[in-house]
Amino acid sequence: MSRRAVILVGIAVATAAGVALAPMIGVVSLDLVLWKIRVPRTMMAFLAGSGLSLAGMTFQALFRNPLVEPFTLGVSSGAAFGATIAIRLGWTFSILGISSIPLSAFAGALASLALVYGVSIAGRSFSTALLLLAGVAMSFFFWSLILLIQYLSDFTGSFRIMRWLMGGVETVGYDAVLDVLPFVVSGSAVILCYARELNLLAAGEDLAASRGVSVGPVRVLLFSASTLMVGGVVSLCGPIGFIGLIAPHICRLLVGTEHRCLAPATALFGGLFLLACDTVARLIIAPAELPVGVVTALLGGPFFVWLLLRRPREGGALA
Amino acid sequence: MIEVDHYSFALEKREILRDLTFSIAAGERVSLIGPNGAGKTTLLKCLQRILRGGRGTIRVAGAPLDSYRQFELAKRVAYVPQSEGRMAPYTVRELVEMARYPHLGPLAPMRSADEAAIDRALEETGMVALSDRSLTALSGGERQKALLAAALAQETDILLLDEPTSFLDPAQQADLLEVLGRVRRTILSVTHDLNEALAHSTRVLALREGALVFDGPSAALAEGDTLKRIYRHPFAVGTHPRTGRPVLFP
Repeated sequence: MSRRAVILVGIAVATAAGVALAPMIGVVSLDLVLWKIRVPRTMMAFLAGSGLSLAGMTFQALFRNPLVEPFTLGVSSGAAFGATIAIRLGWTFSILGISSIPLSAFAGALASLALVYGVSIAGRSFSTALLLLAGVAMSFFFWSLILLIQYLSDFTGSFRIMRWLMGGVETVGYDAVLDVLPFVVSGSAVILCYARELNLLAAGEDLAASRGVSVGPVRVLLFSASTLMVGGVVSLCGPIGFIGLIAPHICRLLVGTEHRCLAPATALFGGLFLLACDTVARLIIAPAELPVGVVTALLGGPFFVWLLLRRPREGGALA
Repeated sequence: MIEVDHYSFALEKREILRDLTFSIAAGERVSLIGPNGAGKTTLLKCLQRILRGGRGTIRVAGAPLDSYRQFELAKRVAYVPQSEGRMAPYTVRELVEMARYPHLGPLAPMRSADEAAIDRALEETGMVALSDRSLTALSGGERQKALLAAALAQETDILLLDEPTSFLDPAQQADLLEVLGRVRRTILSVTHDLNEALAHSTRVLALREGALVFDGPSAALAEGDTLKRIYRHPFAVGTHPRTGRPVLFP
């Protein structure tokens, strides 16, 4: 068995153990708390972490840029804006069984991604700096719109929006888990099936086309799958930042860049990592709780700076 | 093997290739020369269908380019891009393995024939010892050989090389050209090194402002005012003291 396979099995075992043990960490006074709150919360944390991490890994490969992830690209804020509008306006429609909030979040995420991509290739140049600045600009733009909606809401609505924006995986019962499950499972399935294509696209579009990848359709499919996952997760958990940056990078250090190994490792590790962050958020100021988005942001900020300062030869961003 | 018939290509309303007509037979080694911006890289990308569109026809192995699906074309033609300064941190073997993509079914694992093609390509380019090294840790010459090894593992009849010796020091250039000399494929190679074109190809195509301005045996480059017509610059012709071949001085 190769070293990578051993590490991948290790991550899988650690994930299984983490998922099994996490609900029992902390005070469990009633079975009801365990089965109605802790277990669904664990599942939610795992699914959200897994989906955001895989989306981050995919964006990094497609943009050939180690610093992009749903948060830095502005995709999360676009999804948050879409979801906020749906919440504020009280939309209740559904299409193909998908309710209005995830659909709006998906539309917002897609719009943000299209705008960032459009701005970053304007003038026929495609630079790392321009891509990140476009992501920052788009984030500011959507956050401003969200703040405007929050300002126009009443006190309760305003507090609900603010708390949701901090990100969290708290849930009661399994409805929310079942809502997010199809987004993460379908998006992950596409990404895992297209791992070979991701390898080639990360090496360069010209190279991918010359090896036989139908670059245009495959890019659209992978962008759609990632954005769908981000939209689904953000609509239910809020914009949890930096998971899509941290998990793929740690996995790259562990198993390398080959996406047939990296993608499953990232899906498992990302889920486990957000679960660990949520457990910390749940316990650190017990009996009160921190929003998990605060924990991931506190870890993710310094991690982002570290990545920024790495030399390009080591996979840093300033190439 | 490649037939181009009255082919023109425009990008954002600017005509980059103008009414090109030429053909390349199986086994030929052809250099593609011309000033910067003449359309050389664009032509290679059109032949590999990295760039799509254009007027006129291109036929590869007797069939129109558009009749191939991208992975079918990748079984006929391999493109070696210019070695970029920044590469994904794959190992050499991973890069070469990826070249088997057109030969594998969706989600299908590698077969022994794929492994054999990868090993052969690494051996042919002398990259076996470096196969576990990251691309980011290679010199320019080693990186170019890794890209060539990947193209060889693709097992195509036609190789399109985009300035394979650019940015390499003279020793690395000689090393790469020696490896290329051993490769038995139809090769169309873009180069700015006219002496390389003279010594290592049987035929030369020259583009200027998107039009084909020269198509003939490489030795004819040194005759008359051929190069002046291509580059609008005078060249002197000398003789190599050891081989007796003509040597061009800009």
